[in-house]
Amino acid sequence: METLQVRIWRGKENGGFQEFDVPRQESQTVLDVVTYVQRKCDPTLSYRFACRVGVCGSCAMTVNGVSRWTCRTHVSKVAEDNKVEIAPLRNLPVVKDLVTDMSEFFDKWARARGSFQGSTTRKDGFAQVSPESKERKRVDAGIECIGCGVCYSACDVVTWNKDYLGPAALNRAWTLVNDVRDTGRAERLAAVAGDAGCLACHTHLNCTERCPKGLSPTAGIAGLKRAVLAATLSGEI
Amino acid sequence: MKNDYRARNHPAYWAFIVHRVSGLLLTFFLPLHFWALGQAFHGAAGLDRFLEWTHNPLVKFAETGLVLLLAAHMAGGVRLLLIEFLDWREWQKTLLAVAAGVSLVVVLAFLLNLV
Amino acid sequence: MSRRSEVLLWGAQRISAMVLAVCVIVHLMTMIYAVRSGLSGSEILGRTQGNIGWFAFYAVFIAAVSVHAPIGLRTILAETFNWRGRGADVFAAVVGLSLAMWGLRAVMAVFGGSPA
Repeated sequence: METLQVRIWRGKENGGFQEFDVPRQESQTVLDVVTYVQRKCDPTLSYRFACRVGVCGSCAMTVNGVSRWTCRTHVSKVAEDNKVEIAPLRNLPVVKDLVTDMSEFFDKWARARGSFQGSTTRKDGFAQVSPESKERKRVDAGIECIGCGVCYSACDVVTWNKDYLGPAALNRAWTLVNDVRDTGRAERLAAVAGDAGCLACHTHLNCTERCPKGLSPTAGIAGLKRAVLAATLSGEI
Repeated sequence: MKNDYRARNHPAYWAFIVHRVSGLLLTFFLPLHFWALGQAFHGAAGLDRFLEWTHNPLVKFAETGLVLLLAAHMAGGVRLLLIEFLDWREWQKTLLAVAAGVSLVVVLAFLLNLV
Repeated sequence: MSRRSEVLLWGAQRISAMVLAVCVIVHLMTMIYAVRSGLSGSEILGRTQGNIGWFAFYAVFIAAVSVHAPIGLRTILAETFNWRGRGADVFAAVVGLSLAMWGLRAVMAVFGGSPA
């Protein structure tokens, strides 16, 4: 049987790669490979996954140097000379092996005011938002984020500026800025302006290139840049 | 842990590197350019003394490089402005190729007239 | 630096970029035209000396680049060299002012002023 040569990161930041031979199978995903190693080779290997079908966003890792969701990445797509290198996500502290501490990633969603703020109660009727409206279309373009952290891991601006809110949190803020029911616009724009906010984005398009859901956080961040500039010039923030 | 070249190996990232390096080099070049133009305080003869030096093939080669830097920074910069100031559309991905093409055309036009 | 200043700096770099895009296109076209039969001092000065139009064009060009370049430089200092804060801001401002003064001197030279 054909075997795949797999190098998997072990330990914390200062750890190293350990090699395993894994039987090659048809339609095998990178997550299948990691699971095989944990069940058959070394039960102490730590990694994270839940749904296995690209919904939960918990299995993202760095595969041959590129951030990816592993459950929907086929080995055939990424293996080079039958070799695969699997490491934890970048830009996040490594807890152990393939598991990162994602606290800062999610804390930044909160810092970017990533939660909806409404003004109505359950006694009010439904808001009517036309699917054809410009705002709703912008929300649609960014709403399918599963919070996997691939964009954050791929982003160089995060590496250069530890406080940078990152593509996912800013993408979330952009969908809320375009939510016509939301009442937290000014505070949100103020939260995403400045040195560690949307203006720090250099349009590398790393996030857009790597997002497994095909979103373009870059596009949302560009929208925030315009909104922040307009709000500053008009004195709104 | 940090990313290595494998994470950055895509066209938009190359464009970023071109933009940053060309911007930096052009900034360093400006004082030299201004100094050269300042020779005009000594009249046309002053400028000619400097221009004689530029007939050196190596200097001409460097000049062409500068034209490429300027064209690439301008075309790449217009691409960034279009991405930042317009709503996202699929065609914006092709802007990269357009920017590269414009830079090439400018340099060729310069070279054809130079030699 | 305050949030408002950061946003205004970002805006200034973009607006100067729009001005520069026009200036650079004109500059490139002039260059390609001017090198056709080789550059000469009399040809250059024949175009620029006493010409208010070219003087205004280059003055705007210098002003825009003096805004644009130091803001970019400041970002590089922060991201690549991790130099942030007042020191870096002052350094970038000095670079901008030097470019403006040195550049205006060059424009004066080809317009036909006397050495400053």
